[in-house]
Amino acid sequence: MSIHGKTLAQLAAGLRAKEFSSVELARLFLSRIEKSQPVLNAFVSVTAEQALAAAAAADKQLAAGEGSAITGVPLVHKDIFCTDGVLTTCGSRMLSNFVAPYDATVVTKLKAAGLVMLGKANMDEFAMGSSNETSYYGPVRNPWNTALVPGGSSGGSAAAVAARLSPVATATDTGGSIRQPAALCGVTGFKPTYGRVSRYGMIAFASSLDQAGVITASAEDAALVMQAMSGFDPKDSTSVDTPVPDYAAELNKPLAGLKIGLLKEFFDKGLDPENEQRIREALKVYEKLGATLREVSLPSLPLSVPAYYVVAPAECSSNLARFDGVRFGHRAENPKDLLDLYKRSRGEGFGAEVKRRIMTGTYVLSAGYYDAYYLKAQRVRRLIADDFARAFKEVDVVMGPTAPTVAFPIGAKTADPITMYLNDIYTIGANLAGLPAVSIPCGFAQGLPVGLQIVGAHFNESRLFNVAHAYQRETDWHLRLPEAFK
Amino acid sequence: MYDFVLVFCIFSDTPMALTREQIANIAHLARLALTESESQVYQTSLSSILDFVGELDRADTANVAPMAHPLPGLSQRLREDVVTESDHHERYQANAPQVEAALYLVPKVIE
Repeated sequence: MSIHGKTLAQLAAGLRAKEFSSVELARLFLSRIEKSQPVLNAFVSVTAEQALAAAAAADKQLAAGEGSAITGVPLVHKDIFCTDGVLTTCGSRMLSNFVAPYDATVVTKLKAAGLVMLGKANMDEFAMGSSNETSYYGPVRNPWNTALVPGGSSGGSAAAVAARLSPVATATDTGGSIRQPAALCGVTGFKPTYGRVSRYGMIAFASSLDQAGVITASAEDAALVMQAMSGFDPKDSTSVDTPVPDYAAELNKPLAGLKIGLLKEFFDKGLDPENEQRIREALKVYEKLGATLREVSLPSLPLSVPAYYVVAPAECSSNLARFDGVRFGHRAENPKDLLDLYKRSRGEGFGAEVKRRIMTGTYVLSAGYYDAYYLKAQRVRRLIADDFARAFKEVDVVMGPTAPTVAFPIGAKTADPITMYLNDIYTIGANLAGLPAVSIPCGFAQGLPVGLQIVGAHFNESRLFNVAHAYQRETDWHLRLPEAFK
Repeated sequence: MYDFVLVFCIFSDTPMALTREQIANIAHLARLALTESESQVYQTSLSSILDFVGELDRADTANVAPMAHPLPGLSQRLREDVVTESDHHERYQANAPQVEAALYLVPKVIE
């Protein structure tokens, strides 16, 4: 097997066994990034010099028998995480000149675990999009077919791991932005429970929904990296002070007796029949492993997309008020007064979709409309969360598709925002309810990857890693590479 | 879901249509300078988004409390009101468009 085709767990073992050095790995993946960039555009910045220095330091640690279980492995950060001294754009013109003055906690923790940053992944502007077409730095292309989108908003992260430009990429998920691109690119995408990972230094979009996670080749890899990045952080007021269990300890637990809930509302008419076929086949694998299936109904779930498109834009309009052209970010030329400075800096600095969401959010929060839209959406949100809570009294995990279709052509859905918003129809529920969820590759439809989504109960990440890993021991979909990147 | 969206669009009795003045007012509140063509695009797309989210009205939410935090029983954690940060203004202001004597410069507000 090629070195780049190895999983993160295999690379970590190879480093320990001195099969290759961290510097060699960094050079290998940096050269793959360089070759891929004109084709995939998965990166906003490549930090080769810093990467080689960090890799050399990791090699010293490894030689001395020090470091963590994953020291020396390369990684990519989504460009939403602040990286000290490195350009941090969030996919926007607004931050095209922003050199972060500090590290996000996720960046600090993964640095401490010895991971070597290769660069910053492209993304939808301010994480608002489901196709990576809203980036100021151009769309990312899907490694399986470069005429297609990789999904979004963590499209650069998903494409980078799918093409094995890095064994792992950090990502964020507000309405499906880790799981949907992971599904469309044929990789594993893990979103933990809300509050499990610190959001300090992670540029905010919708604060009651945003959560950081990872995109990796396998569930085992995701468990290894999530172990290093999870945990309480006093610098994030939404971080939850609860112990992080040893994810590896439960990884190989037998699945006999596992109760799987099939989300009735996920198998609707919007689901492509060939995708549904792949999901049904994956469920058979679970039955073979000793799990039992039963249908569960979440009657309020069909309202998750409309609820989300009130709550998320409302929070976005508030969070993005900080971009004022005064303290950092883009500033318009020759402002005639302060109001003109604000309006033109923001008008020029933000792209079309970001402005659309700020406008929507401003409207639903404005006087006279707050109750009808925002409070109503927050009430519906509770109905959806209650539906999930009821389901988890009967079953251990719920399963369904991650996305309604495989990857679609670039430009196919840009004309109508609602068509684009419906890509996240199966993923948004977990965000509204704050639940952990994972997407794993479960085969191909029309020659393109299909993702199986598994949602767990609050803070039960261990079970999700265990359930996803059990499937990946029986199948090899997660090890398939796109032809051009083998 | 797709069916359900379609049904809503057909039977919605009062389609939400924002006026140009409303769009201009929202843009002003959001401090966004929009071009004429952007305003037209948002007039159409915001109207259709509001139609779409109008589906929420069909849910019976009498006696349902709005959910402000995604985790049951948790609310925003507070900390002691004490200084925890040291002074980094030079580093932070390195990103500012215009700074003089450690102050952010903006166009004159008072004549």
